This record gives sequence, C-alpha cells and structure tokens, in this order.
Amino acid sequence: MTVDVSKYGENRMQYVTHKKKQVNWTKRILVTVMLLYLSLFLLVPLVFIFTKAFEQGAAVYFAAITERDALSAVKLTLLVAIITVPLNTIFGVAAAWCITKFQFRGKQLLLSLIELPFAVSPVIAGLVFVLFFSPRGVLGPLLTDWGIKVIFSVPGIIIATMFVTLPFVARELIPVMQAQGSAEEEAAISLGANGWQMFFRVTLPTIKWGLLYGMILCNARAIGEFGAVSVVSGRIRGMTNTMPLHVEILYNEYQFSAAFAFASLMSLLAFLTLIVKSWIEWRTEKEQQV
Amino acid sequence: MKKRRFAQHTVILITSLAFLTACGQGAASDSVKLLNVSYDPTRELYQEFNEEFVTYWEQKTGQEVIISQSHGGSGSQARSVMDGLDADVATLGLAYDIDAIANQKLIDQDWIERLENNSAPYTSTIVFLVRKGNPKNIKDWDDLTNKNVSVITPNPKISGGARWNYLAAWGYALEKYNDNEKKAQKFVSKIYKNVEVLDSGARGSTTTFVEKGIGDVLITWENEAFLALDELGEDGLQLVAPSISILAEPSVAVVDRVVDKKGTREVAESYLEYLYTDVGQEIVAKNYYRPRSQQVMAKYKDKFPEIELFTIDDKFGSWKEAQEKHFDDGGIFDSIYE
Repeated sequence: MTVDVSKYGENRMQYVTHKKKQVNWTKRILVTVMLLYLSLFLLVPLVFIFTKAFEQGAAVYFAAITERDALSAVKLTLLVAIITVPLNTIFGVAAAWCITKFQFRGKQLLLSLIELPFAVSPVIAGLVFVLFFSPRGVLGPLLTDWGIKVIFSVPGIIIATMFVTLPFVARELIPVMQAQGSAEEEAAISLGANGWQMFFRVTLPTIKWGLLYGMILCNARAIGEFGAVSVVSGRIRGMTNTMPLHVEILYNEYQFSAAFAFASLMSLLAFLTLIVKSWIEWRTEKEQQV
Repeated sequence: MKKRRFAQHTVILITSLAFLTACGQGAASDSVKLLNVSYDPTRELYQEFNEEFVTYWEQKTGQEVIISQSHGGSGSQARSVMDGLDADVATLGLAYDIDAIANQKLIDQDWIERLENNSAPYTSTIVFLVRKGNPKNIKDWDDLTNKNVSVITPNPKISGGARWNYLAAWGYALEKYNDNEKKAQKFVSKIYKNVEVLDSGARGSTTTFVEKGIGDVLITWENEAFLALDELGEDGLQLVAPSISILAEPSVAVVDRVVDKKGTREVAESYLEYLYTDVGQEIVAKNYYRPRSQQVMAKYKDKFPEIELFTIDDKFGSWKEAQEKHFDDGGIFDSIYE
C-alpha cells in the first residue's frame, strides 16, 4: 500500500530531465494556480497580521508582548506544549507499534479511536471534559473532595490539548512502520538483542524522520489550539489564559494592534517550527548520504 | 539499560513538572486571592476599580489582595461558575444569571437582598449607536422596524445584554400599543427580521458594528456605546437615545460556597460593598455606568442622556417570568426568530 515517496520522486525527476525542453503547459498552469491560491490564503493574511501589528508603532508592539498577562499566556502555552508533546509522542509510538507489528481483533476499531479527535469538534471535546470533571459531573465530586482542581485550571487545559493533539504522532508513524515491516527487528531479536536495544538501535533510526515530523505537527497544534481550551479554561487572566485566548481577549478590548502583535508572535513561533522542520530534513538527508 | 533509565527520568520529570505548576500557584501567606467572574462590557470598569480596591484593602488590613478577572458572555460565565469556576464574586449582566447559580446552591437564595438596590450597585440602559450623521435617520424604536435598516444585536438565547435589548424594544411596544401583546410581538419581530448579524455577546456585536463596519444601527448597553465612542473615536459614530428604554440592573453577589471553602468571605464582601462607596461610584460613573448614589449622579448628570426608564418588574413581572415567556425553548423569541 505504501510507496517509498523519495525514490519515486527521484525517478520522476530523471524522467522529466530526460525529456526535451518542451513547454509543459499543464505544469505552468498548475504552478500559477497554486501560487495564487497560496498567496491569497496564506501570504496576504500573514502580511496583514504584521502590518496591523505595527500600525501603532514598535513601542505598542513590544508593550503588547511583554505585558504581564501576555507573558503569563506565553508561559502557560509553552508549559502545555512541553507536557503534551512528550506524552503524546510516547503514546503515538506505542499505538503505531502495536497497530503495525501485531495482529489482534479490534485493530480497525483502535485505529478509528485514535483518529476520533480529528473527527470530533474541539468545542464538543472541551464540553465533554467539563461535564466529566465539573463538581456536578462524573468524576468531579470525587476530585473536589480530594482538593484537586482540573477544569478551569492548568490540568484541564493540558488534558484538552492532549485530546486534540493525540492522533498526530501515531498518524505519521503508522505508514512509516508499515512500510518498514518487521524483518529487521526479527533479525535483531534473533541475534540476541533485548526489546529496548531493538527499539533504540533498529526501530528508532528508521522512524526518526516520521516521528519528528509528527512531534512538530503535534507541537504546532498544541500551541494553537483554541476551541477545546477556550471551553475548559475559564479565561482567568494571568492564570488560565493561553496565547490564542489572549489574542481574543485583546481583540475584544479594542486593543486591535496589541491583538495582532500577539498574533504575529504566534506566527513567528510557526515560522520557527518550519525552520526546525527544514533543519531536521536537511540533517536527515545528510546523514543518509554519509 | 542507560536508555531505559533516561526514559524513566523523562517521565518522572514531566509528571513532577505538571504537578509543580498545578500546585505551585499558591501564593505567599499574607496575600489573598480574589476571582471576579464578570460579563463582557465591565472589563474597563473592573480594571480601574480593582486597582483602587487593592490600595484600600492594603491600607485597611495590611493584607495584599490579588484580583483576577474573567470576562465573557453573562450566561456562559454563569455556566462556568456552576461548572466549577472558583469565582469569589459574580458580577453579571442580569439577576437571572445569578439566580441560575443560586439554584445550584452555590449562592444563598436571598442574595438579592443582601446589598442595597437589588444588589445592583450601578445601572445602565439600552441605547442605539449609529453611523456619523445618522444617514438612516434613526430616532426611536419605530425606526428599527423599517425594512431598509440593518440592525446589529446579540442573540438573546445566550447573551444577557441581548435580553435587555429585546425587552427594551418589547417594553416600548407595549407602551405604544397600550399593552396589546399581539401587536408588540409583531413590532419586535419586525426589528429582528432586520438583524443582519446575531453575535453571541454584547462585545462581539460591538466589534461587528464598529470594527467590521456591518449594519446601520447597534442596539447596546449605554456604557458599551459610550466606551465604543471613547475607544474608537467619535468621527464615525454617534449615540442615539430612544424615548423610552429599560432600566438595566447588572447584579453582583458573593459566591457563598466558594468563599466559605477558600476563606475569602470577608474580603469578597468588602469588595462588593466598596462598589457602593463614593470612590466606587465615581469609578462606576467614569466608566459610563449610571451610579446609584444621588450625589455622584448629580455630578455626572450631563454625561447621561435623559430617557424615560421602566423596570423589568413594571412590564414583565420579574426576570423569571420574562425568561420563561420569551427566551426559554418554545418561548416567544423562538417563534420570532426562525
């Protein structure tokens, strides 16, 4: 089912270069359409964010991103990402492992369950957690007795974010691990490696690229998630306010420049993600050449 | 083996980090934390009021009080408090929303009598905001029924402010048609046929009208209208006061179960009482709410347009009756706005 895309790409390149330099209209039209599409839906809004952000000058811009509540929103968002991404990475590897290397009943069901967060609206997910953990909910009364607060506090935000970002790593790894098969791992075991040795020396190097890619997507979503978090957050400034929620608050307070300044900060985080991703890609390719 | 330990360490590190941040929010002992859960248009009011109260409390008791704010649509904020948002005080848009919290036994039933003036330290009313020069010549509620007028107001099913808007129009219609309910319903449904965007809250409607430039007239709180003029310049907008409108009483209450659990009753009660002092009333008036204090009101008299005001009890009996008749599922609003 899966095809090694990189090799396919190489063959394709050769095929194109071997051909005479002929004007390929289909290609040109497609490229133009894509460029127009991208600039309309990506570039123009992005430029708009930055112009709006600097509309009232650099002083307003820096005041907006260094203000106390803003910094606390940044801190909270980073904390959520630092906790969510590793946990969902461990889960994703485990899930992809059991789905691709073992045969068992209900495998399709498990696969569908992993993808559930893609299908469920984040707001609904948030509401489910509110119902579940609220003092009038299922688990809430017990937790309240123990003095543990989940909803309208940091743990609730982390749980909601984990739910929404759950499928990313597993989804990236499953095709990679399927393509790889289990022959190499079986060889390692038969040569006397234990489970961990096999994982770190045989499996991990081959899935590294897919894993990192999944983690980056997971991270981007964890930082940007609005819907589910907005339901469980309670919007307490300086305490349960994440970056996307802070943008909304600023916008609602007529601080349009500040709102866009903060939005531009989030765009910068996205750029950083892109750069890291490209760097990983470059390193992986280099390693493969050596 | 080394790697296994590494994995273990990572897991331990992450869980302890999560715990630390979850628990580490307790502050030093000689400070007290207060959470005020409020509705949309009070952001600026409480920002100013909180600063004042912090100084007052520190001078009085030597204790530092850290006040956090949470804002949103009045109904959804009430919902959050019921779902466990630990609000020490609820300062919402209407008594009905605080009643809803009281019905969950979080606030004692007699809350409305605990503070003066129905526990509403400030009032407001419903006015119109139009484009500069009033191109559609909007003077009173009748003008909103004209087919060529595009109206912006939030959804009364979920927004407190929107309910005041709706009831203000309804009250005007009752006055106009000598309490003929059928004619009043026809009048109000004509207005809602003209609604172009039905936002989820008062602040959302304001940004729709002001920032996005949609609609000819915004029906909104008087304080919200003044604030919009203030924040966004008077070049593009002007305020129109209708002949008759409703006396909106945004209510405040201490959330009993929360303050008893946290031991913050004393400071929470003083916080609300401070709203009634001259200092509090001045801040209220400066932020375009109508103060209850006669002296302060006299001082700021010129700021507020003269409008004939009726109360909800005059025209609708009580909030409970108005809610059941108009906004509950199957109520009049459902048949008006299909």
